[in-house]
Amino acid sequence: MIASVGLVDLNQVLSHIIVFVLAMFIGFEVITKVPATLHTPLMSGSNAIDGIKVVGALIIAGSAEHWLTMVIGFVAVVAASINFVGGFLVTDRMLRMFKAR
Amino acid sequence: MLDAILAQAASHPTSAAAGLPSELQTFVVNLVYLIAAACFIFGLKFLASPKKARRGNTIASCGMAMAVIATFFDARIMAGGAKGLTTALLGLIVGGGIGSFVALRVSMRGMPQMVSLLNGFGGLAAGMVGFGEYLRETFVLAHVPGVDVRISVAMSLVIGMITFTGSLVAWAKLEELKVKVAGMPLSGVVMFPAHRIMSLVAGALILVLVLSLIGSEKAALLAVLILVIAAGYGLLFVLPIGGADMPVVIALLNSFSGLGAAATGFVLHNNALIIGGSLVGAAGLILTLIMCSAMNRSLLNVLAGGFGTASADAGGATATTTHTGTVRKMDAEEAAIVIDASQNVIIIPGYGMAVAQAQHAVAELMGVLQKKGINVKFAVHPVAGRMPGHMNVLLAEANVPYELLADLEINPEFSQCDVALVIGANDVVNPAARHDKASPIYGMPIFDCDKARTVMVCKRSLNPGFAGIENELFYLPNTVMVLGDAKAVVAAICKALKEA
Repeated sequence: MIASVGLVDLNQVLSHIIVFVLAMFIGFEVITKVPATLHTPLMSGSNAIDGIKVVGALIIAGSAEHWLTMVIGFVAVVAASINFVGGFLVTDRMLRMFKAR
Repeated sequence: MLDAILAQAASHPTSAAAGLPSELQTFVVNLVYLIAAACFIFGLKFLASPKKARRGNTIASCGMAMAVIATFFDARIMAGGAKGLTTALLGLIVGGGIGSFVALRVSMRGMPQMVSLLNGFGGLAAGMVGFGEYLRETFVLAHVPGVDVRISVAMSLVIGMITFTGSLVAWAKLEELKVKVAGMPLSGVVMFPAHRIMSLVAGALILVLVLSLIGSEKAALLAVLILVIAAGYGLLFVLPIGGADMPVVIALLNSFSGLGAAATGFVLHNNALIIGGSLVGAAGLILTLIMCSAMNRSLLNVLAGGFGTASADAGGATATTTHTGTVRKMDAEEAAIVIDASQNVIIIPGYGMAVAQAQHAVAELMGVLQKKGINVKFAVHPVAGRMPGHMNVLLAEANVPYELLADLEINPEFSQCDVALVIGANDVVNPAARHDKASPIYGMPIFDCDKARTVMVCKRSLNPGFAGIENELFYLPNTVMVLGDAKAVVAAICKALKEA
């Protein structure tokens, strides 16, 4: 355990934690301003943003180092792409319908 | 030998394939990720107004497209050659194809199921990214991953798989699949014998495995075990939660799915994933809290399960009416006469409207009333329907302007309201929530529609709704019941009004 702590770049971890905490704050600020009428598009739209995991999935699949990681990466790319393509399209379909008087 | 070369390429990208010095290339890719993250924040910010919301969604999707394209310039993918490129592109095409097919076909009524599925795939992706990256680091590249990476891998495995199977159960419950699990209808509360003990054991097991994974230099088997047991835990987690509490569950799983993405960001040292994931985590968490407070229940109380006992159908056929008060009934023509004589009408839609697909008929009724100079407003409860904002989407589909939709803030207006027309809503208009301490919904904020001069309840039968709770509203002297299918009844009222 102690030896492996030597492998951790503490500054990098700290910078990730800073990004995480600040993004949570921004998230709370921005999302509390979304009116109740748009809560369903908010869910599907945030689901789509969640599809950013595709970046990690593409790297695992695309680095093509071993058949097993390629298979796992491929599954992850498919799942994440369903997420972001489906999410953005369905959100757009909904938002197109919201009209003013 | 080859592994060592690849390891070199991965950790110190020296293969400047695009002709750019590799450090600059990495810098540019990361810069694009940052722009993508900014697009996501703008996208969510624009959701603050229905006018700009669509543009916001487009901006966020552009951010995603940029991030995807930039990823192909990542040194690791460039080192992967044609085989890797083909796998990555094929995955995008297959997933994108399935995603668009489903997104373009789903009905607005089916939106809660769609969001559940999206949550589920998000969870699966998080689990697979964590697992795949762990295998890459430990076995393919033969590194010893740092403790920070091990912790993040464990988090993405656990959160991802719980979200995956939990969302699939939520989807099946919302889809009202006529399946029985352990002799209980899936859409209701499903509890195995010793369910709580099983959950506790699974939870403890996950904790032990996670700690062992963090303590070991490489442990693929542990990672597989965590995947499997977390998947099982997801099932145990959502099965006992009844259909009526699904809005909370979907919002919570949405939040989990985001936290899973943030965890993979810590694994891959990628800030775009951390930002995207935490935005979604925050969104889900806020919605979860809004839903809980709109039901006056704590999150723990919802998660304990066992609340919604009737089937998800508004008016479970097996429930028996025990109330002995008198009920006044009217047919659609008589109801039309009362409505015709009114000035202010407030319509309260509930999930029954969605089930009957009555939103277009309701919108037509709005048009007919407005033509007669009658004020129409809609009162939409935060937990109406099966997910936050579900009624709003259905009414938007039927071209009801969003300005006419109000939340609980409409309550003072009921005393000036001539007709409160309840269409397929039940618990959110039950006055027992205000005074009956024994009622399971006591303390839940409701619409005070009983203050209206006439309350018209359009419902299929007198049976109680989801939670199997008797509704005393139906027995009040100023309440009339218009029994029948919501779509047929509303259409008949419209017809009678046009002829009047």
